[in-house]
Amino acid sequence: MGGSGSRLSKELLAEYQDLTFLTKQEILLANCWLLLHPLHPSGSSRASPSTVPGTQAHRRFCELLPQEHRSTEESLHTRVSLEQILSLPELKANPFKERICRVFSTSPARDSLSFEDFLDLLSVFSDTATPDLKSHYAFRIFDFDDDGTLNREDLSQLVNCLTGPGEDTQLSASEMKQLIDNILEESDIDRDGTINLSEFQHVISRSPDFASSFKIVL
Amino acid sequence: MSRQPKSLGEEAGSGVRGQVRSGSPGTGDRSGRRPSKKRAPRAEGAAGRRGAQPGQKERAGGSPGPGSPRRKQAERRRHREELGERGRSSAERTCTERRKKDGRTSLKEQRAPSKKEKEVPRKEETWKRLKKHRSPSLASSASVGESLSEEELARILEQLEDKKKLIATVRSKPWPMAKKLTELREAQEFVEKYEGALGKGKGKRLYAYRMLMAKKWVKFKRDFDNFKTQCIPWEMKIKDIESHFGSSVASYFIFLRWMYGVNLVLFGLIFGLVIIPEVLMGVPYGSIPRKTVPRAEEEKAMDFSVLWDFEGYIKYSALFYGYYNNQRTIGWLRYRLPMAYFMVGVSVFGYSLMIVIRSMASNTQGSASEGESANFTFSFKMFTSWDYLIGNSETADNKYASITTSFKESIVDEQESNKEENIHLTRFLRVLANFLIICCLCGSGYLIYFVVKRSQEFSKMQNVSWYERNEVEIVMSLLGMFCPPLFETIAALENYHPRIGLKWQLGRIFALFLGNLYTFLLALMDDVHLKLSNEEKIKNLTHWTLFNYYNSSGWNESVPRPPLHPADVPRGSCWETAVGIEFMRLTVSDMLVTYITILLGDFVRACFVRFMNYCWCWDLEAGFPSYAEFDISGNVLGLIFNQGMIWMGSFYAPGLVGVNVLRLLTSMYFQCWAVMSSNVPHERVFKASRSNNFYMGLLLLVLFLSLLPVAYAIMSLPPSFDCGPFSGKNRMYDVIQETIENDFPTFLGKIFAFLANPGLIIPAILLMFLAIYYLNSVSKSLSRANAQLRKKIQALREVEKSHKSVKGRTTARDSEDTAKGNSKNATQLQLTKEGTTPHSASQSQTAGKKAQDPGISSSASRITLPVSQHLPVSRPPGVRPDSGQPRPQTHPWRSASGKSAPRPPH
Repeated sequence: MGGSGSRLSKELLAEYQDLTFLTKQEILLANCWLLLHPLHPSGSSRASPSTVPGTQAHRRFCELLPQEHRSTEESLHTRVSLEQILSLPELKANPFKERICRVFSTSPARDSLSFEDFLDLLSVFSDTATPDLKSHYAFRIFDFDDDGTLNREDLSQLVNCLTGPGEDTQLSASEMKQLIDNILEESDIDRDGTINLSEFQHVISRSPDFASSFKIVL
Repeated sequence: MSRQPKSLGEEAGSGVRGQVRSGSPGTGDRSGRRPSKKRAPRAEGAAGRRGAQPGQKERAGGSPGPGSPRRKQAERRRHREELGERGRSSAERTCTERRKKDGRTSLKEQRAPSKKEKEVPRKEETWKRLKKHRSPSLASSASVGESLSEEELARILEQLEDKKKLIATVRSKPWPMAKKLTELREAQEFVEKYEGALGKGKGKRLYAYRMLMAKKWVKFKRDFDNFKTQCIPWEMKIKDIESHFGSSVASYFIFLRWMYGVNLVLFGLIFGLVIIPEVLMGVPYGSIPRKTVPRAEEEKAMDFSVLWDFEGYIKYSALFYGYYNNQRTIGWLRYRLPMAYFMVGVSVFGYSLMIVIRSMASNTQGSASEGESANFTFSFKMFTSWDYLIGNSETADNKYASITTSFKESIVDEQESNKEENIHLTRFLRVLANFLIICCLCGSGYLIYFVVKRSQEFSKMQNVSWYERNEVEIVMSLLGMFCPPLFETIAALENYHPRIGLKWQLGRIFALFLGNLYTFLLALMDDVHLKLSNEEKIKNLTHWTLFNYYNSSGWNESVPRPPLHPADVPRGSCWETAVGIEFMRLTVSDMLVTYITILLGDFVRACFVRFMNYCWCWDLEAGFPSYAEFDISGNVLGLIFNQGMIWMGSFYAPGLVGVNVLRLLTSMYFQCWAVMSSNVPHERVFKASRSNNFYMGLLLLVLFLSLLPVAYAIMSLPPSFDCGPFSGKNRMYDVIQETIENDFPTFLGKIFAFLANPGLIIPAILLMFLAIYYLNSVSKSLSRANAQLRKKIQALREVEKSHKSVKGRTTARDSEDTAKGNSKNATQLQLTKEGTTPHSASQSQTAGKKAQDPGISSSASRITLPVSQHLPVSRPPGVRPDSGQPRPQTHPWRSASGKSAPRPPH
């Protein structure tokens, strides 16, 4: 695999294969992809050679990488900012792109993804990931306020995401209410007015085509 | 990554290395000091091994056994000082990192941690006891892993199993990568360490070897899987299409790819067992009449127009049935070619049947668990309607629109489920549409019948024009081109959901094509019968010619006459080759029509719309011509019927499968290009949820229908007398009888004769029917039981609903209490710790309680779970700064240091 292969050591690659649902090629592809995009180092503590902004600097960064001793770590820890992830063609049209990035980001401000976060993302959205894992992350994506349950606000936000940004496709207030009432009626088993993870997974596990649609291919 | 805002619940589950924990929770003092003394050597042993190789990112993979105890001791002593420092520094670092960490808690992991939690207390216990047992031996500086009692052994084994399970399932845990990595490494280290130790008694080396082999095997399997995924052709292309056009369009391409695979196998079968042996070992071209172009055709045999019609040299080649000789064995291998020909013809059908049914079965197995979908219409629409593969903004806009409509539709449905005012109109429209379509079908059927009749007249005439010769094909292609859009227009009246509409459309076009196909077959059959009736005459003529040639006077009797040149021998029409040629022509013309349709209908239209839009009076892109949508139903059926032709024709034209492989290959690339370049996604993007099985069902039907004429021909039509591998026989299947009689021992022949006895076959069929009936009833009763169980579960859930909510509230309160106590404990611990070892040892007993928590609806309770870890390993800080360092205790630490980050809201 040439340059991209040398950057990830064999052991790490094997571990990543153990830890994700991705194949070796996909991991290398992801790595390559991240390296080939201009990087903005987010943590000042991790001074990487790419302090000069722009693609030029990045190219230098890539060229410098193999020679340097800590190349692997550098490439693993440099973070890609949210805007760049969002401009990915695979995510561009997705109404949940911000949520996806937030859920998978491990940086303090939740505004950037490291390579490992990115692998996590791809793993969850891969073909072979277990439905449980998928539904767990789906729940977190839909949980807009990160409070652990889907309440009415989350649901209405979700509906707004699904109906798109255009004014003409938005639902009216009464329709929204009706819809959310129906959903709660169906899925809220313990009748506490919110949907929690186990209720969510209960519903999702019955869905015939959730697993096939909840995937992203790089 | 160490500063990620990790929920405390998560950390509770992680047995992070670097910190030793004792098992006695209530007494902070004791637990702080004593175990650390006992445990420290062990901890450092592990750490020392690691420290000895600072650059190492992973533990050495190959050697599962522990290092020699003596050396370990030395290392331990050496590293004790180091660790002291490192531990302290790491503690400081983690404190600062805590501070940096912002207080946001992500969603509490509810399920996975709860699983982990159950493990945690058990492990701690194990550790405690383990230590107690071992402490005397440790004090007397005995080696570590030597004297394990049975009890300990069992416990460690159990723990080992847990760890192994963790290794196997860690990838499906919803943790961030850093955590997974730590977990995995720790578990692997544990397994490696103890597996060797446990294996000591019973042949350690063998055990190590087995472990090594197991590892190698896993690696090999993984590599093989990687290789396999790499070998799937066109994966990227199809995924690309899927992301632009949704899964329904992609399903066609997946079907096409599958078909290509099947055809490759068939091609290998026919090519390897029939064509190659014939070409290599058979009598060469020009040696016998059936392998020679007749004298009358000779001068035109190489013209392109003749070759294009598969006449001339192509007709007398190994591509067609007539070329094969009826010699029983050919070449020095004594290869039984006629037998092979027959068996390959049968196995083509056998293999196809098997593969279609198998893939149908596997498709249904995947979709077995449906049925409750009616209960969750809204939730499904809400949570699963977005197709995350959509990467195109146009498609996304369409999807937004379709989701909105479906929301609105279902809301309206829900509100007015009782009112069905439009039902009569819809019904009327549907009946009308079906009536119109039946009219169309009848009309096209008659048209084909008419054309076929006419072509029979043409075939008797001489000097027919090109159009008259190809009239049938042209009419059929035109019908195939114009009827489907007509049907689609009519189907717009019906107002079905596109997925259902697609099925209707598929069914209708299927009927159309089927009518065409069978009309074509009947015409062909007439032709064959005509040729068969002429055969006797030609046979006599041939004999007469040969007789005359050899017995004519005027030749020197002493010198034998040179044999008659094979090109001059009069010969029969060889109806098998004629049929093969028909199928070959049909396949090729079908392919050309498809490609031309794509070029004209899609590409030229797209170009026109795209470029003429600048200078046109209305908006071409949004208005009338617009871009074409990908025609799923037409393409799928085209593929299926083409395959039917191949199945029917491959017996008479072995080369047909090769042509089809080429066709599929080109159409894969061509259609991929056409779709991506000149089609737009459907207005209502819909998922192809299980229509793949529908395709398969149609394919099976076509396979069966194409099996019928071939079987009829084999069983009841006599083969031509002067061409093909079965010439001279009464029926084609006689070749089997011949082989049994001549090549097998006599008793086998008797057995076969006995098996072929109707007295045996009829009971066998009866038995099969009985078996089918029995299995069917069993499956029915099982599904009934299934439904009942489901009902029961639902009822139980109804009952439990109220209980659950109450219980959830109480557990939440409980855990809050314990959390408070816990943090107090930890504070004490923190104080005592400074003096003893840098490796903190904090503990709490809440984990036991937590394990019983159902894990539902008490998110707050998860926050203060204690961290438990039992494998003391510390990593040199330089290796992997973010994942390798000891993770500090979350809550206790923070409260102790006094500079804690803002607490997450409970």
